[in-house]
Amino acid sequence: MSILVYVETYDGEPQRNSLGVLSRASRLGGDVTALVFGSGEAAGTLGRYGARRVLVADDPALAAPLPQPRVDVLARLVAERGFDTVLFAASVLASDVAAALAARLDAGLNWDLTDLELREGRLVGKRPALGDSVVADVGWTSTPRLALVRSGAFEPVETDGEADVERVAVEIEAWSCRAVMLEQAHEESGGPSIEEADVIVAGGRGLGKPENFALVEELAKALGGAVAATRAVVDAGWYPYSTQVGQTGRVVSPKLYIACGISGAIQHKVGMQGSGVIVAVNKDPNAPIFEFCDLGVVGDLHEIVPKLTELVRQRRS
Amino acid sequence: MKVAVCMKEVPDAAAAKRLDPQTFRLDRRGESSLNAFDTNALEEALRLRDAGAATEVVVVSMGPARAMDSLRKALAMGADRALLVSDEAAAGSDLVATSAVLAKAVEREAPDLVLFGQQAGDSDGAVLWAAVADRLRLPMVSQAASLEVAGGKARVKRQTEHGYDLIEAPLPCVVAVSDAINEPRYPSLKGIMGAKSKPQETLSLADLGVAPGDAGEAGSRTEVYALAPPPPRGESQKLVDDGGNSAEKILAYLVEKKLA
Repeated sequence: MSILVYVETYDGEPQRNSLGVLSRASRLGGDVTALVFGSGEAAGTLGRYGARRVLVADDPALAAPLPQPRVDVLARLVAERGFDTVLFAASVLASDVAAALAARLDAGLNWDLTDLELREGRLVGKRPALGDSVVADVGWTSTPRLALVRSGAFEPVETDGEADVERVAVEIEAWSCRAVMLEQAHEESGGPSIEEADVIVAGGRGLGKPENFALVEELAKALGGAVAATRAVVDAGWYPYSTQVGQTGRVVSPKLYIACGISGAIQHKVGMQGSGVIVAVNKDPNAPIFEFCDLGVVGDLHEIVPKLTELVRQRRS
Repeated sequence: MKVAVCMKEVPDAAAAKRLDPQTFRLDRRGESSLNAFDTNALEEALRLRDAGAATEVVVVSMGPARAMDSLRKALAMGADRALLVSDEAAAGSDLVATSAVLAKAVEREAPDLVLFGQQAGDSDGAVLWAAVADRLRLPMVSQAASLEVAGGKARVKRQTEHGYDLIEAPLPCVVAVSDAINEPRYPSLKGIMGAKSKPQETLSLADLGVAPGDAGEAGSRTEVYALAPPPPRGESQKLVDDGGNSAEKILAYLVEKKLA
């Protein structure tokens, strides 16, 4: 196999999920090439994660994290160098790039893969479906094969490998540059990151109003944990983006995750399903979160959460 | 300004879903409804029309013939017209095949703005817009937390893993909205009564000029080999609270797991 791995960077740093995919690709065997966009300052380190060669595509049109100029570069590299497999760690940007590339190359794209393996020389992906109630073995009927890997599926594995770095020529079509970045997001730093917390208490729309985040904060404080939020309440301005857990927020895996008033939409589930123990309190007995929690409580969080906070405090004092 | 909203019929969220063990395709015989994520896209289109920015909202879909029943719900919400591509030869289409058909249908409508919802509730696919945009050579922005259209341009606040970007694209363009962008309206009684008499068109692949080899299984490049149950998560317990009495049970559970 001749594998190309799209390595996403943010502020020049290769993203952890991309390194995980690179490591997995190198264990599948074959010839693994990594592609990074931008100045390529991190390119030299990618050999440690299994790349034999690193291609760097740098151009002003590639500076902003927008998908379409990246598709032009990838389409040309795949056509000219004959990669038979192109792997992406899923992100908002990578998903758009992969799908557009599939259309451009008339190639098969399998998404949300939690594993990739070779079976009798054939590449097979594992994809959970129907709310993770079934796992499908998926494949491709032609090359190139494109795959989007679920966030957190593969851990980066560091080795002492080294890669050759090559700058590639970039040609971008005019229509690909019509969408322009006016203001690019900048992550606010400061405060403990929820990614490192052992205990997380999270609040969703079921809290009813922003002031009720106090209930979640009190319980988190009593348990010595951090506070997280769903996309719905972050977009509504109830709680800061830096606390958002989910597909477009943080992916967390604490020992304990307590979900208060969270329905468990797939967008949220993706960000917390790796938690050790999941406790959910929700008044809707049909909320999807009850299908993937360890302890589910159907009830009014406004009654239950303050009582639980008090009991935890008593036990700890 | 004409807005096309791409929508999909999916099995009803409350119905038990299964994959056909022979074909590995989703069993679509049960109750169906509009993909809830797509109603956010429709709501955004209707708001643009309510504000006077859009003059026509057309719903574009691909699916079995009876999917028109679901599209009528979109008409009841306020869409002006529905266009359904329905053809036996399109069944089993994967991403590339679906995008080839949908791009042809959208192209025929020549809209100024094409809207998508953030994912399909059945397949969890969240990529179709990018493939359609590429086929149409249109600029594309996804994960829109807000959308403004003025002066021939769409301005989108995009949420990514790193926060909110502000992106601008000239019309015509493709925008995929998030499910947090709005609360979709409920159809009014008048809307429901009026939906039946709104234009509803069903087209075949031949009507759109799509070659049979570009759609359905022939046009697809992916396949499913086998299905298996997921690895177990361990047993899960469910309690029904009565006046806050489960707080003690939660604490006991946490203590048992050495978490409190």
